[in-house]
Amino acid sequence: MGWLDANLISVLNGFALAALLFLIAVGLSLVFGTMDVLNLAHGSLSLIGAYLGVALVGDGASIGAFVLAALLAAVVGALLGAALAAMTSAITDHLRQALLTLGVALIAADVLRELFGSDPERVSAPAALAGSVDVLGRPYPVYRLSVVAVAVVIGLALYYVLERTQAGAIVRATVADRGMVEAIGIRSQVVLLGVFGVGAALATLGGLLAGPVLGARPGLDSTVLLLALVVVVVGGLGSVRGALLGALLVGQVQTLGVSLLPGQASFLLFGAMALVLLLRPRGLLPSPYAHAGGHA
Amino acid sequence: MRRALVPGVVVAVVLVLVALPLFLTPYPISLVTRILAFGLLVVSVDLLTGVTGLPSLGQIAYFGVGAYTAGMVGVHVTDNLPVQLLAGVALAAVAALVTGAFVVRTSGIVFLMVTLAVGELTHRLADGLDAVGGSNGLAGIPPGTVLPGGEPLLIAGFVYWWVLAVFLLGMAVALVVSRSPLGRAMRGVREAEGRLPALGQRTYAIKLAAFVVAGAVAGAAGTAWTAQNRFVSPGDLAFSVSAIALLSVVLGGAGTLWGPLLGAAVVIVVRDELAAYVAGYGELLLGVLFVVAVYALPRGIAGSRLRRVPSVKPA
Repeated sequence: MGWLDANLISVLNGFALAALLFLIAVGLSLVFGTMDVLNLAHGSLSLIGAYLGVALVGDGASIGAFVLAALLAAVVGALLGAALAAMTSAITDHLRQALLTLGVALIAADVLRELFGSDPERVSAPAALAGSVDVLGRPYPVYRLSVVAVAVVIGLALYYVLERTQAGAIVRATVADRGMVEAIGIRSQVVLLGVFGVGAALATLGGLLAGPVLGARPGLDSTVLLLALVVVVVGGLGSVRGALLGALLVGQVQTLGVSLLPGQASFLLFGAMALVLLLRPRGLLPSPYAHAGGHA
Repeated sequence: MRRALVPGVVVAVVLVLVALPLFLTPYPISLVTRILAFGLLVVSVDLLTGVTGLPSLGQIAYFGVGAYTAGMVGVHVTDNLPVQLLAGVALAAVAALVTGAFVVRTSGIVFLMVTLAVGELTHRLADGLDAVGGSNGLAGIPPGTVLPGGEPLLIAGFVYWWVLAVFLLGMAVALVVSRSPLGRAMRGVREAEGRLPALGQRTYAIKLAAFVVAGAVAGAAGTAWTAQNRFVSPGDLAFSVSAIALLSVVLGGAGTLWGPLLGAAVVIVVRDELAAYVAGYGELLLGVLFVVAVYALPRGIAGSRLRRVPSVKPA
């Protein structure tokens, strides 16, 4: 227990970061899995969520206002996701998708910098969750534990919808064989629009929830994008469980790794990713429905 | 462009490039120098991405090996530029061989992500290694000489000519390789990797050879970068540079080598020069350029005129 005692806070921080990364990355993964679109503007979506938090509840609002802001962020994200889906629908080549979405990300970064300035902004946790509780004798922020709880609830809901409902069955079928889904009379464009909307909504929501942990600043978009890409690729593209496992791994590497091997964390992160990909090129838990995992 | 015209155009372009310092002032010359060094990096990305169908975000690693090697040789051994070039290219090729042995086992998006990891690892290594200056960068590189014991190159025009020579050498290697049997095999990997073994070709060896050649070209670009700036910092190896190098390839028209070069020139001019007129909005302009290019130039700059550009699809 000595080791756990010494590193408890790092481990807990790892879970909190994993929760946020899961929320943000799962959308990236599903959009790639269903639409075959590599959305490099995904980090910008979550930074937009974070800045919405700065503008609406930055100084510590009531829990009700915070929830309202979170819902608003999700709606904004869904709209932006629908717009991105419309923009990318005609473009099938991954490299041109990358060119387009990175272009959008560069534009978004400059617009956000113009609106909110270059200085890092802080977001306070809602008043009711601002304190700490004792976890095994150590004080730990309630807000971070709540983030984990929210991510667990959303993850379970997502899993239920995808695996147990008809809508989920259609999405899974689109991942497996888009042409066949079209052939049985379902407009795959609508499915794709829905998935992109939900994925983007989760990214902005995750960004807003990350505000009290990571803050909001220029450059956070590409940091988050890189982490989310690592999560998705390590976990396996197009898979919810993969995104969860990837997020847990990356979360621990980024927090426990930093505290155990200071200065080596990002080295560990990309080293771990390279190792996973060389051993399991399709990721640790690839989507069982995708027919081509290592395919571009 | 008709085939018969190509050699004439190439000769004319090279002559203009050679004559530039006679007409331009030092500032625009340093801009063209930067374009040539970055352009050679982009050509190395195109050798993998366009010609071989392996989209890479990792060439910055070998560019970095070349740049840092040239700098370290310059600080500790000799100010002789050809020696720095040879050392940089050799080390970059060795680094590409060692990492490529693992990396080329993957393809597609996984290749993209593994090369991203290689690039980022190199970036962090440069940032953390005190022997090469750490996060402060490698400073104090003396001005280079071309002949042993010769005069150091201090004037922008002379540095430019050296960088141009390295660029032409690297470009020649890329063109010769791309037209050689190896180049045809690389295109074969892009178009139908599964069929090559049936023809008795070993795709692993082809991809590794392509990776080493591309790494060596990127290393040469790195030494040229150092020769001009006489300073290397970890920021030169950032993810954003890799991303912009890959996007220059797509913007220019992947697989044509000269198209990506134009793409690189457009990207550098837009980001570094036009941005001066709209202070602080370089990234915004670049973003608009990328978005417009995706819709307006579906096959990149090179594809907008030529009919015979092969369809570019990563395997």
